[in-house]
Amino acid sequence: MGLWNAITVGFKEIWAHKFRSLLTMLGIILGVSSLIAMSALVEGMEKGSREALVAVGGLQKFRIETQPVPVEQRHLRDFATGVTLGDVYAIQNNAPEALKVSPEMRLEMSPTLAANGKTFRTWSTAGVWPVQLELMEHSIEHGRCFNEVDDELARSVCVIGTGIRDELFGNPEETGEEIIPIGQSLTINGYPFTIIGMFEHYESDQDRKVRLLRKAEDLARKEKGLTNVVTGPKRMRGWGGNRRGGFAFWMKNNTVYMPLNTMWIKLMSGQTNAPSDQRLSEMEIKVRDVTKLDLALSEIRNVMMVRHRGIEDFNFRTQEDWAEQINTFIQNARLSGGIIAGISLLVGGIGIMNIMLASISERIREIGIRKAVGAGAFDIFIQIVVESTVIAITGGLAGLVASYGLIQLIVALTPTDNAPILTIGAMAMAFGASALIGVLAGLFPALKAARMNVIQSLRYD
Amino acid sequence: MALLELRNVSKIYHLGGEEIRALDDVTLDIDAGEFCSIIGPSGSGKSTLMHILGCLDSPSLGTIKLDGVEIQKASTGELAHIRNRKIGFVFQFFNLLPKLNVVQNVELPMIYSGVSGKERRERALRALEMVELGNRLKNRPSQLSGGQQQRVAIARALVNDPKIIFADEPTGNLDTHTGEIILELFRNLSREGRTVMLVTHNPEIAAVTPRRIEIRNGKIADKVDTRLAGLDRKSAVVPAH
Ligand SMILES: Nc1ncnc2c1ncn2[C@@H]1O[C@H](COP(=O)(O)OP(=O)(O)O)[C@@H](O)[C@H]1O
Ligand SMILES: [Mg+2]
Repeated sequence: MGLWNAITVGFKEIWAHKFRSLLTMLGIILGVSSLIAMSALVEGMEKGSREALVAVGGLQKFRIETQPVPVEQRHLRDFATGVTLGDVYAIQNNAPEALKVSPEMRLEMSPTLAANGKTFRTWSTAGVWPVQLELMEHSIEHGRCFNEVDDELARSVCVIGTGIRDELFGNPEETGEEIIPIGQSLTINGYPFTIIGMFEHYESDQDRKVRLLRKAEDLARKEKGLTNVVTGPKRMRGWGGNRRGGFAFWMKNNTVYMPLNTMWIKLMSGQTNAPSDQRLSEMEIKVRDVTKLDLALSEIRNVMMVRHRGIEDFNFRTQEDWAEQINTFIQNARLSGGIIAGISLLVGGIGIMNIMLASISERIREIGIRKAVGAGAFDIFIQIVVESTVIAITGGLAGLVASYGLIQLIVALTPTDNAPILTIGAMAMAFGASALIGVLAGLFPALKAARMNVIQSLRYD
Repeated sequence: MALLELRNVSKIYHLGGEEIRALDDVTLDIDAGEFCSIIGPSGSGKSTLMHILGCLDSPSLGTIKLDGVEIQKASTGELAHIRNRKIGFVFQFFNLLPKLNVVQNVELPMIYSGVSGKERRERALRALEMVELGNRLKNRPSQLSGGQQQRVAIARALVNDPKIIFADEPTGNLDTHTGEIILELFRNLSREGRTVMLVTHNPEIAAVTPRRIEIRNGKIADKVDTRLAGLDRKSAVVPAH
């Protein structure tokens, strides 16, 4: 019997038992759609996490932080300098694997920013070199960054993130108009600064989409003459106000940068307990080649150890852990989701096997007649396997369609930061799995049917 | 060489320790072109013999040669092939597939011999013309009378142009008149030169076949019972020897 004939017979059988076939397919439909939905969700999460990782500089970047000397070196603590500007120069000159080195100087306490009669405290206020922008993946949308001259002269200028703008000058989302406070002044711990630049607004792709959608909706409402003014006290939903999306993006938007020298001279030396050396809170280092991260680390460790005479008053903080966490999390999500979807596919397969067993015991006489007129065991075998595969594949196709609906449902029920991503690969995989399950589920019933004795089958009522 | 050669064929069933010899040491030759009836009381082993001859069942003992091929040695695949190409089988209870219509039922054997769709349809139509059912192609078996169903079954048996046709009480389920029409079909097939073997209870039918084989208790009787074989009738065809 040709394959085409077997497929036609398979479809006729399904059609002859529509309801029963549908129930049987349901298992496969659920299995396939949950497999695809799961993979789309994980894919979305992975993309979101990777975006966040890139937003803070990626794997190519790590930082050296000042830390208290370890217990066994306590007696040396008077000699501990912490990370200094001298270290930065030393690394620049002696560690070829370090591509960019950027010092960062912070106040011990989060400084108070004030402007417009409003105040705001942010920990991400730092004195840096302009190269820091590159390392932290910042980009200026309005105005300019400070340059070497500003640094040399310790000018009181700063660059702010949109989060600072939102807090001190107003949020364009709420006021409805773009606010660019370039040239305006703000005070940091009471010292006046001029804002010379503002970063672009950082957000995940998903947040951007949601924001643009809201904007379009608001515009449509305005055209209809409706106003969008929300009155009454604002509801603050935990830390970070009305922030959406990841913590990484929120932190980044709340950045204030000023020239390193400005921080040193204007804000730090004035403090009574200011250290006499240009102590840094940390430095950011970007390596030349991410695959040689270990080499770069040991190079830089050597330079630092020599300069600090073996006192371990600094540590290295790479983003490998984070990347690894993302990887393990994604792997776990994949595995657990895959197991659940796999079990439901398995259940679907058992359903198919069950229905095929029922089907062949209803058709013992038919099988006998087919054999009597010349069907070989292999013909019968193929017919049953094809039938179960046809059920599974039809269920698989329906599952592909259902997965789309399922994903929409999941999104509606649990709005996540990371929109699920439907991939062709996942769809092909799930569909292939359904076909495979159809074949496997058909094997045993098909073998049973193929082995039936002709005369006994013909006598069967 | 005969078309069919049976040598010491036995079919033994075991029922709860008891041994039932449905066929007991049967030796028999059937030549090509013979028209032969098998008679005998119920339970004597006629169907068992037909099934074994028709490659639907295998003997417990003995050898069978069909067209020079040793059947008892053939694999199930080879047996299926022989059933498909060399044998046409007509059953008492028609054994048509209820879900298929008349043409599709007749096409069934050709599906397993790999005949293409167009040729399959043509040959099925020709076979159905021969049994005068060319006008009921799209009917389901359940929409046909018993005689019509049996004609469909005969068309199906003929469609792969078999060497030999077996019919196990083909008229057993039909009224006398319809039975005569079916019998006439078999006579025509015999006249065309085909080998036909049919099992019957009906002495009138046995009477028209040139050769009669009587089975009693699984053995071939030495002498045919004249009354059972219908030899006491005028219409009887008396064998030459
Ligand atoms: N599967 C079987 N198991 C046991 N006995 C059987 C089986 N098939 C047939 N028989 C026995 O074999 C004998 C011959 O049966 P059968 O060939 O059908 O007779 P007939 O067709 O002449 O009426 C009977 O006694 C029947 O009971
Ligand atoms: Mg019988």
